[in-house]
Amino acid sequence: MAGVKLDAVRQQALSVSLATGAYGISLGALAIAAGLDVWQTMALSLIVFSGGSQFAFIGVIGAGGAPLAAVGTSFFLGIRNGFYGVSLAPLLRPMLGLRRAWAAQLTIDESTAVALAQPEGDRAARLAGFWWTGTGVFVAWNLLVLVGALLGQRIGDPTAWGLDAAAAAAFLGLVWPRLSSRLAQGVAAGAAVMALALTPVTPAGVPILAAALVAVIAGWRAPRIPPPTPTLHEVPS
Amino acid sequence: MSSDAWLWVAVIAAGVLAWATKFVGHVVPQRLTDHPRIQRTALLVTVALLAALAVVQTFSVGTALVLDARVAAIAVAALALALRAPFIVVVVLAAATAAALRAMGIG
Repeated sequence: MAGVKLDAVRQQALSVSLATGAYGISLGALAIAAGLDVWQTMALSLIVFSGGSQFAFIGVIGAGGAPLAAVGTSFFLGIRNGFYGVSLAPLLRPMLGLRRAWAAQLTIDESTAVALAQPEGDRAARLAGFWWTGTGVFVAWNLLVLVGALLGQRIGDPTAWGLDAAAAAAFLGLVWPRLSSRLAQGVAAGAAVMALALTPVTPAGVPILAAALVAVIAGWRAPRIPPPTPTLHEVPS
Repeated sequence: MSSDAWLWVAVIAAGVLAWATKFVGHVVPQRLTDHPRIQRTALLVTVALLAALAVVQTFSVGTALVLDARVAAIAVAALALALRAPFIVVVVLAAATAAALRAMGIG
């Protein structure tokens, strides 16, 4: 019976990996349109390995923002991964050295969601969920980012293909599953207004970072809501 | 340094920071992060940044606010998301909308 259950976990890991990998194509093409070369795109994808942070990085660079602003935005978007690590640590301990460093790299929305979706007492299923999803997404995502980057090199003017609109839609798609609470909807609206208000008067990249302040203020003052949990309906890595 | 060299520095820095953030989560004692305010703020920062990126990417060129084919594209994307379309479909529909409008000389 345990074998059947593990097969189900691996199947789930595989389908999540393929779904996530598929939009690696859009990340790759958009990175080239933003002005990165194929090597920079692949370095970003392999080392950052967190879809939201990667889209943010190329979004700021593509808008003409300073490299430092791109680093800052991608860092702030990656903070949630740190909290996933906290949730996963009891499951993965004891683990040391390189194995732990690699587990950290695979700590993203998808691997955390599949691991924690398994029954709490079933350690083997949870571990399989984490490692199979993390590894599967890593392989599929990076391969398809490469495909997207190579395609992106061949298509000439990115706006003729609507790639600038694709980037906007990507951000909307990334934020959509996170808007289930009233508080999140309010913060999204406030952040959007703040960013648009600052766009004409500050350098590119600054409006995005300033919008994070809306979240800090709201998060500090708001009444109790549950802590961040990754969701599985088409979330970013 | 050239702007390309700075871009490389930024790519590496973003990567190191991303990994370090994940790693710290695995090694930090749980009681330090167990505060609901901290966890809630981390969640909301993600929402705020993504929302800001979406509107800036839709309504700006450099530091100018503009209305062009991207507005129609983002509306199509929102509709697709409301109908629970997969992420890749949402992105492709938005690109196709903007590309079609521009091919017709609009936006």
